[in-house]
Amino acid sequence: MRVPLSWLREYVDLPAGETGRDVQAKLISAGLEVETVEQLGAGLKGPLVVGQVLTIEELEGFKKPIRFCTVDVGDANGTGEPQEIVCGARNFAVGDKVVVILPGGVLPGDFQIAARKTYGRVSHGMICSARELGMGDDHDGIIVLPPEHEAGTDAVALLELVDEVLDIAVTPDRGYALSLRGVARETAIAYGLPLSDPALIDVPGPNASGYPVNVADPFGCDRFTARTVTGVNPEAHSPIWLQRRLQKVGMRPISLAVDITNYVMFEVGQPLHAYDRTRLTGPITVRRAEPGEKITTLDDAERTLDAEDLVIADDSGAIGIAGVMGGAHTEIAEAGPDSGTTEIVIEAAHFAPVPIARTARRHKLASEASRRFERGTDPQATSAAAQRAVDLLVLLAGGKADAGVTEVVAPSAPRTIAMAADHPDRVAGTEYGRETVVRRLQEIGCDVYGSDELIVTVPSWRPDLGFPNDLAEEVIRLEGYENLPSTLPKLPSARGLTESQRLRRRVGRALAGAGYVEAPSYPFVGAEIFDQLGLDADDDRRRTVRLANPLYDTEPLLRTTLLPGLLATLRRNHGRGAHDLALFETGLVFRPSGEQAAPPRLPVDRRPTAEEVAALEAALPHQPRRVGVALAGAREQAGWWGQGHPASWADAIEAARTVAREAGVELTVRQDQHAPFHPGRCAVLLAGEEVVGHAGELHPRVVKALGLPERTSAMELDLDLLETQAGGPVTGPRVSTFPVATQDVALVVDASVPAADVERALRDGAGELLESLRLFDIFTGPQIGEGRKSLAYALRFRAADRTLTADEASAARDAAVAAAAERTGASLRGA
Amino acid sequence: MSAPNKSYDPVEVEALKPEEIERMRDEALAAIAAAPDLDALAHVKTAHTGGTSPLALANREIGALPPHAKADAGKRVGQARGAVNQALAARQTELEADRDARVLVEESVDVTLPYDRVPAGARHPLTTLSERIEDLFVAMGYEVAEGPEVEAEWFNFDALNFPPDHPARETQDTFFVQGADGSDQSGVVLRTHTSPVQIRALLQRELPVYVIAPGRVYRSDELDATHTPVFAQVELLAVDEGLTMADLKGTLDHMVVSLFGEGMATRLRPNHFPFTEPSAEMDMLCYVCRGASVGNPDRPCRTCSSEGWIELGGCGMVNPKVLIACGVDPEKYSGFAFGFGIERMLMFRHSVEDMRDIVEGDVRFTLPFGMEI
Ligand SMILES: [Zn+2]
Repeated sequence: MRVPLSWLREYVDLPAGETGRDVQAKLISAGLEVETVEQLGAGLKGPLVVGQVLTIEELEGFKKPIRFCTVDVGDANGTGEPQEIVCGARNFAVGDKVVVILPGGVLPGDFQIAARKTYGRVSHGMICSARELGMGDDHDGIIVLPPEHEAGTDAVALLELVDEVLDIAVTPDRGYALSLRGVARETAIAYGLPLSDPALIDVPGPNASGYPVNVADPFGCDRFTARTVTGVNPEAHSPIWLQRRLQKVGMRPISLAVDITNYVMFEVGQPLHAYDRTRLTGPITVRRAEPGEKITTLDDAERTLDAEDLVIADDSGAIGIAGVMGGAHTEIAEAGPDSGTTEIVIEAAHFAPVPIARTARRHKLASEASRRFERGTDPQATSAAAQRAVDLLVLLAGGKADAGVTEVVAPSAPRTIAMAADHPDRVAGTEYGRETVVRRLQEIGCDVYGSDELIVTVPSWRPDLGFPNDLAEEVIRLEGYENLPSTLPKLPSARGLTESQRLRRRVGRALAGAGYVEAPSYPFVGAEIFDQLGLDADDDRRRTVRLANPLYDTEPLLRTTLLPGLLATLRRNHGRGAHDLALFETGLVFRPSGEQAAPPRLPVDRRPTAEEVAALEAALPHQPRRVGVALAGAREQAGWWGQGHPASWADAIEAARTVAREAGVELTVRQDQHAPFHPGRCAVLLAGEEVVGHAGELHPRVVKALGLPERTSAMELDLDLLETQAGGPVTGPRVSTFPVATQDVALVVDASVPAADVERALRDGAGELLESLRLFDIFTGPQIGEGRKSLAYALRFRAADRTLTADEASAARDAAVAAAAERTGASLRGA
Repeated sequence: MSAPNKSYDPVEVEALKPEEIERMRDEALAAIAAAPDLDALAHVKTAHTGGTSPLALANREIGALPPHAKADAGKRVGQARGAVNQALAARQTELEADRDARVLVEESVDVTLPYDRVPAGARHPLTTLSERIEDLFVAMGYEVAEGPEVEAEWFNFDALNFPPDHPARETQDTFFVQGADGSDQSGVVLRTHTSPVQIRALLQRELPVYVIAPGRVYRSDELDATHTPVFAQVELLAVDEGLTMADLKGTLDHMVVSLFGEGMATRLRPNHFPFTEPSAEMDMLCYVCRGASVGNPDRPCRTCSSEGWIELGGCGMVNPKVLIACGVDPEKYSGFAFGFGIERMLMFRHSVEDMRDIVEGDVRFTLPFGMEI
């Protein structure tokens, strides 16, 4: 809502020196978000006067038509002689009144005017356009003024060029602030000054001779005022002051009748509609649309109406979408002696917010009117607003007010709220006292009765006030939020972070400690990523949650795996010149669970039952928390210390182990084939028998399809699943101080035998004397044989209660080897 | 010196003659002094103190002497051996010191060599800043509550007093999830704020409820220098008997002091949110200029654009309608809530100028933030 300070002063007698910034500060503190104060005509300096064009000489031979004019500027130039001015515009004729800036003047934007030679003539000033004067940029031509203004008149004052405009972001609850009336009320309260309410005017009572109106839907429309003005001069134009005020609030002047309805809407907050009476057929009816009914609206679009839409109709059918936009047929005609409208019916109605909001959204047709009705207008203001429009039509268009006054009113009682007088005190945590509370409520227009328990009747323009807390807010904001005390509540004891929250933090620290950089990514993906990842047609990860209104049409889906985001971030970093990369992300993925029904619409006037909440939850996709890594380039750098090593499948699996270790889970790693991984370099990760993720090197085709660095590796784990597999507290080990016995064995197995199987067999076979076991070398070659490999393990044995003899250690080793031989076909190398 | 022992053959005790012992001793001492290194000294040691060394052999002869001569000879040999051992030890120490000095010089390295063998990692500052905020409230007795990112409209809107068709819903730039039948109105959205966690907390927890809820939220804004469609919020909810707006103010003040230091404060300005009533916009004192830049063109402040205050987010007293929707008696309980964006706080707390740096995952941006913020 744009509020010109000059207009605001009409209703509140602000101190003369008060600036827009001053008013801004007061209103912000009262709760109106004044975002900016625009300085109109800043830097403008006269002489800027009304001129009358005396002669026009068309100059030939230039790229565009140029006029050399003489203009009567009265005595403004000191001589009274005609002023010679060169002008490039053509939308004026001899005799027209124009706006002239004379040498010495300055236009906004520090545009200094001086006599200067141009197009072979000397131009002593300039004929101005609206844009040059900062009046808006609707027209490229110069301003042609109505003829009644005298040459030489100061145009700065005439056009009200210097002003300040407050731009207020009105919150949805404060519909009343979408009017000068509403902002003036807040201003008056903030300054402690009286308000001249523009809606407080005398209106004639209703009678039977007004234009007939039937309201078939009193819930959608509980009030309808119709007034008629006849004898309207179709050639009358909006006066400059009216045009200027509309321009300042951001409306384009159109025609006198339309301008007047807009003016009253901004002044009082009541949207109006003007009909050409000669085009109405029979009574005006307010009803719901017939299914399939059509209307051509003012914007010349034909719209098919919905049975829920509230329409204004006459005997010919719908003539307007109620509260949203009028129809083209009954539109006020363009000004002019032949086609012009001379009889006007003014509609001022109160429509219920919800139907208007639905209709505006359904037809994607938001208007200044619908904006106000959606937020709730003042039902008591319809008669006054209609009267204001009638008065202006009489005053400015020479019309005659018809004696008929139609008022259709559905009976309603004033709204009251019962509130304890100390309720605002208890909400605020400070003591205002009953007197202050009552005074503040009266200031905003409430009637207040009662002592300890107040009965508050709220004003008709505040549909947002319905509960004691609404009233408390009014009191507290007017008393100043800045005056609230600062206290702290006393909290009961609490349990700190949950295990799951702690785990997430540990995982982040562990991965970062291992050299990974956290890179959260957007969860939006396109379907082609699943092809690029090489997923099978029936892969579960292709079952996605789809957005109805994605930001980009290419990414309408929510991720089902963290890898797309991680890999995109990896590629971006790579493209920016970072080649040794290790990234991780922790976040949710979204997996639709079965056939998802729409959630039930639950009430809000009571706590939902457990079943109802369960039904809501069932409508949501499964949203497990995952952790993933992606890495490429060197995992360890080469340097003066020696070789580095490239990031590989092994690092990806180790990252999974790092995460699992934080969860207290020992992962089982098994060979697997799983997109998007290299079929020979992919591990499935298990916690117990539960698959919790995969890791490995990416498939070369995936690497190519996604433009990733070669041998990019990745890992993804389900943290939620991992957490369920977490072991209990660690049992403190008994530390034996007896000496260790070390035995090395080299076992030859088929190349296809997983090392993990050999290790498990050794462990099982070695028994409890085994303290630790480590694979320290793998050897292949002709000595071992084709398709075979040799695995060298260091076994350490130790007993808790004695020094092991060499025989005992050897026996344990032999048992280990025997188990490996039995389960994996291993043979001792050289044996 | 005692008189010679006539009963023994003087030839047989030649080795025990005083001159002879002195000679052996002097030879040993000379060899020790001449040993150039530890290896040589080891040889000298064997030659002059080992089992077959002259002094050792001489010592063995003592037993053959007549008793009266034994003590005398024993003393002489003992003294000689003592002198040799002492010299050996001294020379050993001397040579070891020489060797150590030489070896340590030879082993010296350039300790200024770089050692970037293992890469550094880091956590994202959005994560760590969120945790820092969680921690300060956990220390006060709040617990951390969470909820899903794909959320039912009832949690995201209805229960928070955004009635259907109310203009307030329009202000949220909501991402809607498509229904199974392809419809736009599935009743499921990407949560537009962390506030649905308020509802979940009130439904799941026993009263009183004191929770802080960090999380990702979504609004359909294009990514630019100051906007991102996916961002992080922190929400706080307190519902108890007798909570007031002054408690809200005090809690906010405590937070900014904890995050930005002593002397910090907050300011409340009236605003509107459906789920709070009264509602307020919360500003914090500019932590850079502390307001000194206001009306002071000589000391302009980039952080607050010389406004003195920085807009943080929204807050207010929990709307009784929200309590009712959760089955909490508004006659008995009241509450306060606030929420703000972590990105914005990260931007002004750490002088980040472009939102894209926060969301793009460039390691050069994240690495300097390390493990904690
Ligand atoms: Zn500052």
